[in-house]
Amino acid sequence: SEKMQRKQSSKNSKQPLQVHHSNQTDLSAWRKGGKPDPEKSLQNPTSHNSQANESEQDSFEQAVSYFEKVQSPVSLRKNEVLQKHLATVESTALEKGLPPEAFDVLLNVALSGKFADAVNTRLLKSLIPASVIPESSLVSSVSWLCVSKCSGSIQLLFIRWVISMFDFIDHKDQLHALYGFFFSFLQDEKMCPYVCHLLYLLTRRESVKPFRIRKLLDLQAKMGMQPHLQALLSLYKHFCPELVSITLSGRMKTYFKNSEGPWKAAISAIRRRNQKKSPVFQPLLLGTTQHQSRKRKWNTQLILPASSASTSNLADVKDKNSDLYNISKSFPVEQLQTFSQLLQNIHHLELPSQMGSVLTHPLLLHYMNCIKDESIYLRLHYWMGQTLQEECTWCVVDSSQYEEEFKDFLEIVHKAECFLQEGFSSCEEFLYRSLPFWDGFCCRSQVLRLMTWIPLSSFSEMKSYLYGPLAQLFFTSSLYFKCSVLESLKELLQNWLNWHMIELGSESDSQNHSLNTTLSGLVNVVAELIHFVGRISAIALQLENNVTFLLYFILDFYETVCDIYLRYNLPLLIMPPAGVFYPALLSMDSVSLNQLCYIMYRYRTNLVAAKENEMIKKKVLQFQFSSQTYQEYNQYLIAMVGCLWTSNAFQKDIHPEGLRLDEEVLKKTRVKDFKNSFNIVYHPALMGYALLFLQQAWPDDNTFNFSLIKGRKWNWYLEYLYAQGLKGLKLFIESSISRVSLVS
Amino acid sequence: MPRVPGCAHLWCWIQPHSVTARPAWAARSSPHVLLRAAKLLRSGANRKQRVNPAGRDNENADPQKAASLLRKQWSLYSVTPLYKFSGARLKEYARLLGAFIAAEKQKGLAVEVGVDADVKVTFASLPELRGDPQDQPAMLVQLSSRSSVSPKSSDEKLIWSGCFCCVSGEDLLENVPEDFTCLPLFLANGAESYTAMVGSWFQKTFDCHFCRLSISPLNLSWMAAMWAGCSVEKNACATELVFSVPCLPQPLDISYAIHPEDAKALWDTVQKTPGEITQEEVDLFMDCLYSHFHRHFKIHLSATKLVKVSTAIASAHCNGTIKLLQSRYLTGVLMLLTELAISQIQ
Repeated sequence: SEKMQRKQSSKNSKQPLQVHHSNQTDLSAWRKGGKPDPEKSLQNPTSHNSQANESEQDSFEQAVSYFEKVQSPVSLRKNEVLQKHLATVESTALEKGLPPEAFDVLLNVALSGKFADAVNTRLLKSLIPASVIPESSLVSSVSWLCVSKCSGSIQLLFIRWVISMFDFIDHKDQLHALYGFFFSFLQDEKMCPYVCHLLYLLTRRESVKPFRIRKLLDLQAKMGMQPHLQALLSLYKHFCPELVSITLSGRMKTYFKNSEGPWKAAISAIRRRNQKKSPVFQPLLLGTTQHQSRKRKWNTQLILPASSASTSNLADVKDKNSDLYNISKSFPVEQLQTFSQLLQNIHHLELPSQMGSVLTHPLLLHYMNCIKDESIYLRLHYWMGQTLQEECTWCVVDSSQYEEEFKDFLEIVHKAECFLQEGFSSCEEFLYRSLPFWDGFCCRSQVLRLMTWIPLSSFSEMKSYLYGPLAQLFFTSSLYFKCSVLESLKELLQNWLNWHMIELGSESDSQNHSLNTTLSGLVNVVAELIHFVGRISAIALQLENNVTFLLYFILDFYETVCDIYLRYNLPLLIMPPAGVFYPALLSMDSVSLNQLCYIMYRYRTNLVAAKENEMIKKKVLQFQFSSQTYQEYNQYLIAMVGCLWTSNAFQKDIHPEGLRLDEEVLKKTRVKDFKNSFNIVYHPALMGYALLFLQQAWPDDNTFNFSLIKGRKWNWYLEYLYAQGLKGLKLFIESSISRVSLVS
Repeated sequence: MPRVPGCAHLWCWIQPHSVTARPAWAARSSPHVLLRAAKLLRSGANRKQRVNPAGRDNENADPQKAASLLRKQWSLYSVTPLYKFSGARLKEYARLLGAFIAAEKQKGLAVEVGVDADVKVTFASLPELRGDPQDQPAMLVQLSSRSSVSPKSSDEKLIWSGCFCCVSGEDLLENVPEDFTCLPLFLANGAESYTAMVGSWFQKTFDCHFCRLSISPLNLSWMAAMWAGCSVEKNACATELVFSVPCLPQPLDISYAIHPEDAKALWDTVQKTPGEITQEEVDLFMDCLYSHFHRHFKIHLSATKLVKVSTAIASAHCNGTIKLLQSRYLTGVLMLLTELAISQIQ
């Protein structure tokens, strides 16, 4: 489409602006005697709204036709007609901008030398577009320049005008064809800085020719180090590194003089008008070294700029004559600024010379996401692996002062992993290599977050590489560290399960898949993780005296575990160890108890679903839960119901690590009614609710007689608990209590 | 035990008479054969060198070009595989690198590619410097300065050289796709600033990554053992091992020098299968040296850190520098270094 073309052709523009054709002022309305173009006669209703508008329109038309017809040179001072028309053009330009068709006429007049420079200057300064500037008007202007009818200062002003208005020129193909003409103006010493700027905007890869480079180098030799020449030459180097080389120092900020001066206010007004759709502004990289917090070693740069130093790409198009067109087709990564550009050029996008730069380039990450090119990942893998290894602040001597920088880098890597929803193998290796030396403190949150993206592979060495060092740190570190580790391991588990789901989905699409053969492997790896977390959780609860905060993170992990079969379609259910179950059941905190109830309810739902699936299919599934899983669940269930409901846990609990106690021992505790101690009324986590319930039910009774809660009051109390937000308890009681005899 | 005054430096020289006691000596040290495996990450297996790496003669070597690697102090780097590198375009690379260096030296001034600069770059292929035919041919990069007095003259002075190579490394990097060229070992000799320029150009152009390659004490002991077993001509220089004593207020180095023939004799008693070296043999060799030293000086060298090994074959320092001395054993030494470089990048 036209829009696409324009976007492509304006890719060198300083700031691409969206121009709306619907805003265009109508041609036929102001130019009665002219040739009306039916295609472009879109009526602009606002311009016909008032008489005043029409008269303005008329006088502007008269002015333009005056300038079109004027033959001989006229002096401004003596000619009132000229003065009047000039003023009309100026005011129209400032108020609403000139229509596209006016540019041809006015540029012709201004550059033909018919008037004095004062008039020409005023004309040029008022050349402000309402919408766009037609390319054709520029082409004829350049021909005026070539016959040098106008003075040097007018030529200069014209070039500055083209630079300032570059984004408003509707097409640029013919302008590109005039590249050589503009190039020849470099000779002029005054014009040179501005011509360089214009060429900078116009240059495409095919514009770079050896003879032009030689000319620029001659100028460089004559004039010395000039910022405008440096900028143009570095652009040439970007396109043709095989022809020219330049290294810019990072200090330089601006390379071109400001051309916009006379039109500044007008341009910002147009930009404001068009701001809505303007894409993210990113200047073309000039290959300057980025500012860095320290003078780095030459071989390590954590943030790479995306640039296509295309020497290696040009290797394929050595035969330049035949492949000239191919070269111009490829789209350099420096110019990739919008998502639509990515879509348009996705098949001939020139990738950055250093793949590490994709990490900070969201568009290239999009590209990586959809491309299946092994070499891209391999390049990134090598770079990242080495960089992580060399910059790791706790493995490399004397690098601790760069911790902040390394943190930022890990942060960037993690963000890229989240974006790609995929872990990098280089990060995995980095973790395995460096965890044994980690103090658990340096870059803590970054390292733990990287851990969540360790890829799931069917055969795993994680026991020795991850679990070993992690467990050591876990047991010897603070409560908060323990909680963050558990949180990360939960995310790791979820990432694995999500990945497994996606693999399952793609498996049904394509038959050829090796997953089937490794499913048992995957189940084992996931099971290993869950068992690991179970082990460290049980020990951590002992170390930290069953603190609720820790218990919350542990139960949070099991909220994922208990639902694996139904939510992630993986035939795996693992019950928490007794060291986690009993502390949660006897917790002082209703949040933990409620969480445990919910988890037990989900275990039940998953197990029932598995049983049903087995019966319906009437065939032995490849994977089924062992009877031990059911047995473990039932043991826990008996303990829970015995505690919370039937008040017989001390007799009925059959779990080897459970609550079963001899009556003799219990009597020695001298606790009255010890049987009831953990039912929903007396349970330390719920007693507070019971108390409040008593106060509400018997406001006059101050004896706190909990035994009143029974019979119908028991049911009311239950409703009261449910209303207090104990949804897990509700689900558990409603699903498990009435059917307890069936299950056990 | 002569002591050099003013310098904390111990000097030990094993006298020839210890050679006569050789069988007993080896027997005395043998009860504690350490079964420590060379723990390379990911490979739990015992490290074994397939062929005696130092004993590999290379008759086809071009003495001229190989000679340019000898008797120079090289800094070692590992390099990840080069992306889209072509051995057929070395001349072009030389022109591009030349222009890049010229542009770097005069920051801000553009330089036309191919125009003579005051630093001349040459790329040369060294196909003889490889272990297997599958190895990429080595590549020598040389920078030489033209004399400013008479630019036309051929009076060029070599100011920097670098060598990319891969000796018997192909089987370790076999899964790399064809767009990549594996030259994992890089040796640089000359000013660090030139290494930086050449290295950054390679990094930008071939999307590779350079990393300093230091040599661990374990690997230095391998070198000591392997090179001890190499036969050298008579009156070759002594085999010297330098140990540094940790945790002292002032650095203390212990230099342990052995007559090369004694070292070879010891190694011959240790090595079981010719053409193959195992970790146990290397450990045993070192243990013998340590116990001998302990008998004389009551110093346990096993508690110190081996920092330098220098023999008539080559000398290597743990900071990642090496000097190659014998063209016969050039490929053998480079093969071990290639292996170290690969283990760093994998």
